[in-house]
Amino acid sequence: MEYVVIAFLCLGILLYFLLGGADFGAGIIELFTSTKNRSRTRKTMYQAIGPVWEANHMWLIIAIVILFVGFPHIYTTMSVYLHIPLLIMLIGIIARGTAFVFRHYDAIKDDMQWLYNRIFRYSSFITPLFLGIIAGSVISGHIDTEATDFASAYIFSWLNWFSIAVGLFTVALCGFLAAVYLIGETDDEHDKRRFIKKAEYMNIAAVIFGAMVFIAAQLDNIPLMDWLFRNTVGLTAIILASISLVLLWYLLLKGKTKVLRILAGFQVTMILLAISYAHFPNFIRLKNGSAISLFETIGPEKTIYSLGLALLLGSVLILPFLGYLFYKFQKKEE
Amino acid sequence: MDDFIAARSQMALSLGFHIVFSCIGMVMPFFMAVSHYKWLKTNDELYRNLTKAWSKGVAIFFATGAVSGTMLSFELGLLWPKFMEHAGPIFGMPFSLEGTAFFIEAIALGFFLYGWDKLNKWFHWFTGMVVGVSGLASGILVVAANAWMNSPSGFDYVNGAYLNVDPIQAMFNKAWFSQALHMCLAAFTATGFAVAGVHALMILRDQNKAFHLKAFKIAAVFACVGAILQPLSGDISAKDVAKRQPAKLAAMEALYKTEKPAPLLIGGIVNEKEQTVKGAIKIPGALSFLAHGNFKAEVKGLDKIPEKDRPPVAITHYTFQIMVGIGTFLALISLVYFVNLLRKKSLLDKPWLLKLFVLAIPLGYIALEAGWVVTEVGRQPWIIYGVMRTKDAITPMPGIAYSFYIFTAIYLSLSCIVTFLLYRQIKMVPVLYSKTESNNH
Repeated sequence: MEYVVIAFLCLGILLYFLLGGADFGAGIIELFTSTKNRSRTRKTMYQAIGPVWEANHMWLIIAIVILFVGFPHIYTTMSVYLHIPLLIMLIGIIARGTAFVFRHYDAIKDDMQWLYNRIFRYSSFITPLFLGIIAGSVISGHIDTEATDFASAYIFSWLNWFSIAVGLFTVALCGFLAAVYLIGETDDEHDKRRFIKKAEYMNIAAVIFGAMVFIAAQLDNIPLMDWLFRNTVGLTAIILASISLVLLWYLLLKGKTKVLRILAGFQVTMILLAISYAHFPNFIRLKNGSAISLFETIGPEKTIYSLGLALLLGSVLILPFLGYLFYKFQKKEE
Repeated sequence: MDDFIAARSQMALSLGFHIVFSCIGMVMPFFMAVSHYKWLKTNDELYRNLTKAWSKGVAIFFATGAVSGTMLSFELGLLWPKFMEHAGPIFGMPFSLEGTAFFIEAIALGFFLYGWDKLNKWFHWFTGMVVGVSGLASGILVVAANAWMNSPSGFDYVNGAYLNVDPIQAMFNKAWFSQALHMCLAAFTATGFAVAGVHALMILRDQNKAFHLKAFKIAAVFACVGAILQPLSGDISAKDVAKRQPAKLAAMEALYKTEKPAPLLIGGIVNEKEQTVKGAIKIPGALSFLAHGNFKAEVKGLDKIPEKDRPPVAITHYTFQIMVGIGTFLALISLVYFVNLLRKKSLLDKPWLLKLFVLAIPLGYIALEAGWVVTEVGRQPWIIYGVMRTKDAITPMPGIAYSFYIFTAIYLSLSCIVTFLLYRQIKMVPVLYSKTESNNH
């Protein structure tokens, strides 16, 4: 049963990254859209993510619940040493979710829209940035459980080049996922071209920030190269991700939206797999060189058994219902 | 500000905020389902408009409730990591089920809000019901987790270690039923009165009377049934608390000395230093009866509780009085309303009754918050009753006061914006829903 629980944890994180990420990305795209096109982008985006955005963010809840029920030591270590970035991320989540709803459900469209839009756009940028920073910090080995002063315990655990580079990389990936998703959500040729352009820019940004991640890893003495290239799974995943990068560009230029979506999702999945595979089952790397492993900190047997059962039962109910939601509200003509 | 006080205040603030939004999100779907059903059955457009108008409110409240709930799932760890480290695997079962229920609720809400004219009409209605049922289930499950903190079970506590963990037994702890019942009724009562009150106000103001009257009637029935049943559930809770948490009961009633029979105090000013209560009305033997079903039974006072295990008395006593006082008042309004209904008198002839409902707009929520303070403050100094103290659970990170200030600002501004949005939604009713309204999606 522990494998079921871990599989759901990975699935939760992956789907949050893909679906929640695309969702954040839509706000990022809006942020980087020129003023004259913004309202069009907003409209497409609303049609595209309106029905599904709440559900997309449930994956985060699923992942966090699995962590605190099944792996409480991991959950609390993150909560203590990454308190500040978690807090900023939460503020971002609150601000973004409410602004998104407020701007749509304000019965009178007036100057308040300006405020909602601003909040929505900036929090769409900040939230994935800090999500990335948190993810980077977890594997960066900067978390120091033996620290005695405030700065090294609670600040430098996440404020380092590697974490920030991962944060920016995450933002670019989210933007990319969203742009790819939005291409298929509009009929207008002009808008389609705009989103294709955005996808290209975001992809270039992702490649640049990806390179920054490697440089930062070198600076911070993080053996990223070893993780990626010293095992077959990591290597295969990286090769597949690179192949899909080339294919993506080809498809982008051709404007094939459906395959493009799947390929973009696949590429991001491969990147996540490549980075995380080498540590598994270690989850948090600590400054003193040790690591907190999933298996060593797993909760009591009965808890894991009932958690796994609850997740299996839940997915029987959730997945078909969720699939139907996506199916029902996707664009029809294709 | 002391880190401990800051952490507790932040937790109280976050929960106090979340509780209102989640209750609305949990109850409103049922109002909508009734009105939606009437629209499908009668083809009266007013009902369709009402369903749509309410669904906008629900969308706003649900989103706010969802993000503040996400916040809470992290906040438990951010503020109380030592609690979560041990409690997570034990009381996590209801949370993992709640995750499922909440997920289903979000999916169903997506269908419901965007499904007008796109789905089979009865499937559409059904998704609205799913929103309500899964919301209610979420509420019950979260309360079951809270009940575990009051009535820890499903593990053996041996020399500081938590052994033989059984999450199912922890979920069905002794307090879950009475707490969940009380909370659900409170949610229906508070939301019902708030919604009915707002529509009553619009009726009194002579705006879109037909629309608001229909809305009022649906909400008022839920509110009044809840308010009448609530004292019974309160009685179950009181007897349960008397058995399991005598310190909490003693604090609720500011009973410093063990008495046999014990009187029920109504009102009164508590002096915590001198351990006295001044100016309270005493009903002899009534507390014995409420706590143990016997006018002559002994009720444990705070003198039987070691000083370091006593909860704050004044806050617990005052909030308990507020809750019971308001609960009684709402139950009386409900009785009057039903009598009026039975006699088939028109509401419109009775502006005073409508005015009472207007007065009750905030009351249900005040009582609900007060009741929540009773159960949380009354459990202190414990975070897991009898097992772990709240002060031992706090995060080692200093400077929590700043995060408390930030969240106070955030929650205050969110409350203002939500109120402002609702005001605007109501103000726009005549424009949006006049006779044959078309697309307002």
